[in-house]
Amino acid sequence: MAEKKLTIAIMDPPYEKASTTTALRIVSAALKKGIHVNVFAYEGAVNLAMKDQAPHANPVKGTTVEQEEHPTTKEFVRSLLEIGKGSPQLTWINCGLCVDERGAVNVVDGVKRGSPADFFKMATESTNTLVIPTR
Amino acid sequence: MPNYIFIESRDPFDSPDTSFLADTATSLKRRGNDVTVFLVQNAVLATRKQARKSQLPRLIESGIAVLADDFSLRERGIQSDECQANVKTATIDQLVDLLLRENTRAIWH
Repeated sequence: MAEKKLTIAIMDPPYEKASTTTALRIVSAALKKGIHVNVFAYEGAVNLAMKDQAPHANPVKGTTVEQEEHPTTKEFVRSLLEIGKGSPQLTWINCGLCVDERGAVNVVDGVKRGSPADFFKMATESTNTLVIPTR
Repeated sequence: MPNYIFIESRDPFDSPDTSFLADTATSLKRRGNDVTVFLVQNAVLATRKQARKSQLPRLIESGIAVLADDFSLRERGIQSDECQANVKTATIDQLVDLLLRENTRAIWH
């Protein structure tokens, strides 16, 4: 295997668990090292890239949208895909059935639709595969 | 022999099943495998010297390398001098390096 490649499967929906942050940190670190990365988003993780997410103000603190700088997972995914649009490459595949179940069709550019067969192919072609399951 | 990297995300107070990871990791180490445990998220709460129920002394005594994610430590306000001896602070870059070693099996818990 000439070039190193890491495949990560994630399953948690956005804004629920710290595992999502850790997964995105691993993806970012690998890309910055020049490592190709595959992400297979399964179950609720297909919502990470949903375009309809919107930052919000914080009425409890009285802050505006701008002051709050509320991070959205779609922006994290978009920026990682921007880093990984050449070499190293980030391939992000959302499970199609999971997308249909959740109506999570409107996603940021660069996210592909696939199936567990794609995950199997990515895993067999990678240096290593990390599965981050739901609890 | 393969290398094993266990990524522990759970803390022993909330998740008694952290003992299963320690059982598996120490068994693999006894069989001569290279085993590393990388603590992330709430798992780093177990690094504190006064943490009861921590599985870390058992892991360290068996010769397993125990690393704690620096970001997770900072998030929780845990200083390095609060941590048990032989727990090393590590970056997410180091985790990526460990994952990409040849013949390495990664297990997330």
